[in-house]
Amino acid sequence: MTNSKTLTNLYLGSTLILICIIDVTFNSFLKINITNFLPSSISFFLPLILGTFGLYIIRSDYTGLRYLDILNKNVNTTNFNAILTLLILFTIIKSIPPSISWMILDANISGDSRDACTGSGACWTYIKVWFKRFMYGMYPNELHWRINIAFILVIALGLIGLIKFEKLKKYLPLYYVIIYPIIAFLIIYYLISGGAFGLEWVETGAWGGLSLTFIVSFFCLIFCFPLGMILALGRRSNLPVIRYVSVAYIEFWRGVPLITVLFMSSVMFPMFLPEDFFMDKLVRVIIAITLFEAAYCAEVIRGGLQSLPRGQYDAAKSLGMGYWKMQAFVILPQALKLVIPGIANTFLALVKDTPLIFVVGLAELAGMLALAKTNPEWLGFAMEGYIFASIIFWIICYAMSKYSYNLEAKYKTER
Amino acid sequence: MNNKIKKSIPQILTILFVILIFGFLTFNAQVNMDNRGIDFGFGFLKQEASFDIQFSLVEYDGLDPYWWAYVAALLNTLLVAVLGIIFCTILGVIVGVARLSSNYLIRNAAAWYVEFFRNIPLLLQIFFWYYAALRALPLPQDAEPLLGVSYLTIKGFYIPAMVWQNLNIFLYSLLLAIVAIFLIRFYAKKLQENEGKQLPVFYISLGLLLILPLLTFLVGNVSLSFELPVIKQLSVTSFTYVGGIGLPPELIALTLALSLYTATFVAECVRAGIQGISKGQKEAAASIGLTPNQILKLVVMPQALRIIIPPTTNQYLNLTKNSSLAAAIAYPDLVLVFAGTALMQTGKAIEIVSITMLTYLTLSLAIAALMNWYNKKIEIKEK
Repeated sequence: MTNSKTLTNLYLGSTLILICIIDVTFNSFLKINITNFLPSSISFFLPLILGTFGLYIIRSDYTGLRYLDILNKNVNTTNFNAILTLLILFTIIKSIPPSISWMILDANISGDSRDACTGSGACWTYIKVWFKRFMYGMYPNELHWRINIAFILVIALGLIGLIKFEKLKKYLPLYYVIIYPIIAFLIIYYLISGGAFGLEWVETGAWGGLSLTFIVSFFCLIFCFPLGMILALGRRSNLPVIRYVSVAYIEFWRGVPLITVLFMSSVMFPMFLPEDFFMDKLVRVIIAITLFEAAYCAEVIRGGLQSLPRGQYDAAKSLGMGYWKMQAFVILPQALKLVIPGIANTFLALVKDTPLIFVVGLAELAGMLALAKTNPEWLGFAMEGYIFASIIFWIICYAMSKYSYNLEAKYKTER
Repeated sequence: MNNKIKKSIPQILTILFVILIFGFLTFNAQVNMDNRGIDFGFGFLKQEASFDIQFSLVEYDGLDPYWWAYVAALLNTLLVAVLGIIFCTILGVIVGVARLSSNYLIRNAAAWYVEFFRNIPLLLQIFFWYYAALRALPLPQDAEPLLGVSYLTIKGFYIPAMVWQNLNIFLYSLLLAIVAIFLIRFYAKKLQENEGKQLPVFYISLGLLLILPLLTFLVGNVSLSFELPVIKQLSVTSFTYVGGIGLPPELIALTLALSLYTATFVAECVRAGIQGISKGQKEAAASIGLTPNQILKLVVMPQALRIIIPPTTNQYLNLTKNSSLAAAIAYPDLVLVFAGTALMQTGKAIEIVSITMLTYLTLSLAIAALMNWYNKKIEIKEK
């Protein structure tokens, strides 16, 4: 192929592609069909045909033009690829105008009642008005600072491990496994629940919204971790009874859906408690999810235990260590470090599972949405509510999955 | 001797602990049930259920006993699970392969699809499809026909129903074709091992599978006709479709959400499986003269499937368990009908929740056992 022919092909191909993109863009943004003079079926497929042909004639192995080569190599290797590329481009161009006009141009955010929403687009006023309910549930408005402070305290205490105190470093595991959960529990109990130190009592029925999601997942995580560790050790034990009990426990909880576990906690569990013993619904739910997640946690930790070479066990035993000493100082520190990414994934699954507590009547974010949706003054805004909640959950989960991915990469290089 | 005692003490303590917990719980349950005047037993299963199920695969009405309601609900659960598994496999394989595409746009579109749907709680997705997306569909009287024969409306998806004559003959012919295919494959393998000849097994199988059933239409008096959904006016403003098959919106929302969500995980399994095959395998296969198709069929796929299938089965299991979220949008599945309505009516909390959990447990353990068996079968036999 001579150089001039290549150039002709390039100009012709680019023109065709340009025409096809202009056609689709005009059609999508301005609603003008510039190929109106053709029969409708041809006019509909014309951009695709022109674009495919254009991409076909500019395709070549090597041209020396940098951008053309990048284009050919990445999106235009075969006819099939070219068609897919065009289809994706068209989809993107076609979907921009309606989504922008729904979400921004025709949307309303001013005002604080339903009447403010007059446009044909989204009604963000609804989210604005209900925002506090979505975050804090039915918790009294003037007491929201208590939830905020409790969260800030708990997070701050959780970050203590990042400070480098060489002397106290050996106490960190003790702190995280035993002291921190207790302190966090006391903070959340006394600050959010109240009832002491002159703070007004707020019953758990009023808790809700996104803060409840955090409370439930936080407690389930800190409780399920030690339980999972014991179960994992039990499953690896060479004492048959302990092994079978652990296996039975793990397989049972992993075999049932969380929703039936929650049903159990709300309708069946009270029957198994002593007669005059009352247990709060939220506590029952947290216990149920903890028992459930502990089984998954145990499997993750078992993976870590199994990946340690036998030599580690033999070496620890040859130093005269007993079972517990060996586990505490040799095996678990190494195994737990290995499973941090897996635990992060379990936690991610846990956060994604918490909206389920809605089925037993606890109104966290999904529950508050269902409540707001059926409010007679705000009917018909389900779409906005679910998009809002999806964005919030997506940001949380995406950040967590990226973080766990980073952890995974970090620990991979060390071995 | 000393060692034996040392080993038995923790085991005995564990047994005691388990017995103690179960004893404590049973004792409390006994006391509580005595106080409330409830007796334990499964006799209620034979009583008349007297509630209705909106959508059911088998004949069911309120006069039927509870155990029949249980069967109807279980079938609904399995229906959603099977539909979800089929769609999530198709979508997951496409997306998984697309993530490894050489095309920048396709690769990234697939990656964004996975990141997007994987990171939103399934319950929210189900709610979104059911309460937001499907509510935006037209009313029955305004619906435009899809492909001329089916109608997607706010009240459900109406598709033509198949009306068979002499269906059994058709099924026998299918069965015969499958048996014949197995025999031919067996024969072809023998032929290749003994004489080195290769039969075009694939085309023969395809031909058998098409021709034998088609023959029954000509000679076996089998016929197939379609019953189209037709719009019917119930009152001045209320319309519906009669005839054909009506899929309720709950089923559609649930299947959509479950398959879109699980497909992201299946896609990751597929990607991992294909990436797990080293380049050397393909090059080695090419260097001994296999064609690209043979490389895919004889070298890459058998190895990739070994990596793909176990985690994918796990995802199918998750999908089946997640289908219990149906209760949140009132699709009459096992949890809603049995652990919901039946429990409310009978008050037999312990029995009903146990039956429900045991059902899911059986499903899970059965699939897990199947998976273990398959794993054993395909694992590399190391010498």
